[in-house]
Amino acid sequence: MATDVTGKAFDPTVGEVNKYDFRTETEGVFKARKGIDREIVGQISEMKGEPAWMREFRLESLKIFESKPMPSWGGDIELDFQDVYYYLKPTDEQGKSWDDVPSEIKETFDRLGIPEAEKKYLAGVKAQFESEVVYGSLQEDLAKQGVIFTDTDTAVREYPDLVREHFATVIPPTDNKFAALNSAVWSGGSFIYVPPGVNIEFPLQAYFRINAESMGQFERTLILVDEGAKVHYVEGCTAPMYTTESLHSAVVEVKVMKEARCRYTTIQNWANNIYNLVTKRALAYQDATMEWVDGNLGSHLTMKYPAVYMMEPGARGEILSIAFSSANQHQDAGAKLVHCAPHTTGQIISKSISKNGGRSSYRGLVKVEEGAKQSKSNVVCDALILDEESRSDTYPYIEIDEQDVTIGHEASVSRIGEEQLFYLMSRGLSEAEASTMIVNGFIEPLVKELPMEYAVEMNRLIELQMEGSVG
Amino acid sequence: MSNSETLTIKDLHVSVEGKPILRGADLTLKRGETHALMGPNGSGKSTLGLAIMGHPAYEVTQGTVELDGVNLLDLEADERARAGVFMAFQRPMAIPGVKMADFLRHATTNVRNPERKEGEELIPMREFRKELRGKMEDLKIDTEFARRYVNDGFSGGEMKRAEILQLAMLQPKFAILDETDSGLDADAVKLASASIADIRGGEMGVLIITHHERLLEHNRPDVTHVMLGGRIVETGGPELAEELHRDGFDRIRADYPEAAAEEAELTQQTTGGVA
Repeated sequence: MATDVTGKAFDPTVGEVNKYDFRTETEGVFKARKGIDREIVGQISEMKGEPAWMREFRLESLKIFESKPMPSWGGDIELDFQDVYYYLKPTDEQGKSWDDVPSEIKETFDRLGIPEAEKKYLAGVKAQFESEVVYGSLQEDLAKQGVIFTDTDTAVREYPDLVREHFATVIPPTDNKFAALNSAVWSGGSFIYVPPGVNIEFPLQAYFRINAESMGQFERTLILVDEGAKVHYVEGCTAPMYTTESLHSAVVEVKVMKEARCRYTTIQNWANNIYNLVTKRALAYQDATMEWVDGNLGSHLTMKYPAVYMMEPGARGEILSIAFSSANQHQDAGAKLVHCAPHTTGQIISKSISKNGGRSSYRGLVKVEEGAKQSKSNVVCDALILDEESRSDTYPYIEIDEQDVTIGHEASVSRIGEEQLFYLMSRGLSEAEASTMIVNGFIEPLVKELPMEYAVEMNRLIELQMEGSVG
Repeated sequence: MSNSETLTIKDLHVSVEGKPILRGADLTLKRGETHALMGPNGSGKSTLGLAIMGHPAYEVTQGTVELDGVNLLDLEADERARAGVFMAFQRPMAIPGVKMADFLRHATTNVRNPERKEGEELIPMREFRKELRGKMEDLKIDTEFARRYVNDGFSGGEMKRAEILQLAMLQPKFAILDETDSGLDADAVKLASASIADIRGGEMGVLIITHHERLLEHNRPDVTHVMLGGRIVETGGPELAEELHRDGFDRIRADYPEAAAEEAELTQQTTGGVA
């Protein structure tokens, strides 16, 4: 039963935990070069002052990365792995100048009404934006309840036992080439632990976390929701993420224990040169619920398939995903539901929009293992294509090794209908207004699940994206 | 002065996918007047309405449509709406995910402020809500309606009521009502008829396409047109509408054999196309 995801597949061979932090001693000395090899990986680990097990884990992952072939499906990846910086020290990032940020990115920030300080943070110019006060009181409040919310580097130093017990147990480096790459060079990301029975009322937002690496290229997030606890984590934002590096490959691992609930919301809007190759997976235990809400805009190629493995009876997995692709963009996004136990329930709702020659693909898997009786899964994927040059594909995979199950699948592809446009225009809406309204209506099922401020930004962003797409 | 405004249709020919449907229609509608447009199914009544409104699939091959000297055929559908033309559709489109209230707020703003550019202010929310609620009460429409998605999952009757609500909010100069009574039960038709009379006041020019007498109960036509085979073959007063309701179209077919032949041809084309 899905042993590859329960953490047995990869077992770090080295023992001694080194709790000392050498970071301050080495700061300012390390100068990264391009490329990836044992030396670079060793240096990253040393820079961070990591315990030996993590260093060994990284080096082992590097071997796996080197031995794994590129994925044979998904999008075209034209990347020279030796032409990428894998670790930039915080001070290097901060050294970037606001003047270097392309004008269209600045303009979009203005249009979205992003405050000055936040703009620089988003553009990677300034590592922190002025949320220290918010963050400070938030931390205090959470700490009282025993909640841990920090960056993963800090977690490795301060909570070594907890991290070591769960790290890479959901997504081992052997999982895929990019998970292996992330495992070798990861930096930053969030670490969250919610103790049993604790219900965090408000969404935890990534940007409250003061993190020197403002936008990790290789973020590593680990979320542990203990029995009966509840958390909503929100990552990303609707403003375009500008960065000089072209490869981003994150790993997100989540464990939702008995009767716990976790919702993970992501809105990403990468610049057009970015390869965004992300592995996200959650394990849901007895009567637990895991929900992924995943919005993907921008990037050159995104490959992302949030997964829920329902490990014990009563587990529930829901994935709501949206992709918007425009010129020179390929969103290969989807979802995975794996029923490993009886009476588990899953749902996938996928919405994609393609315009100006963009390509959106839905790639999804529903798998029911033998013995997962009375399991139910339902998949709905709808694609909206705005013009003749754009493209949409659907790759639904279903593997069922159990008879007593209920699986539903519906797919629809539609063009913005002439009839719908005419109807709205006959009431005085311009063609652009009408198209935007139809697109916003199309993604409404996702947007209404977002926290209010994100929902408003999302609609504004769609309006921006839609500008110039008509007439 | 305002009553002098006129919608003038001259010698209008319209094709759909290259097939001529309308073969020369003439009609002059003044503000404040009610005209009934009658005729058998497939005679071109809806085509006339959709061509006036500017549906992109309806290609005008000859003739003119003018609103007070402005050539509507040069305008996009939204510009025609802003110029004061409205059509209540026989089969309104569903727009999933778009709330009635949001849609109507945009539409009302644009029609009242034809010069509005995209992104400019909408009618203030409070003001709009109050007005919408008032109109909904007049029409006996549940206020829950405003939060529903445009025509999405509406029953036939709900769709027609939603069209009348839009008519009430947009207050056009000229309205074409295409079988706004179909799908409604007897009581609902009565209410619709009274509502339309109420909404239009004395200012609106209304062209009513209908098969039933009831809708005309509160909207007695000043003029009745009969369409057959893509032409308006006869125009008369209210008594013509009464005659057609009573006796059907046999007399018309007998009086206009050429149009009747074209009607037969059109009907054949249509069914032939589907089969």
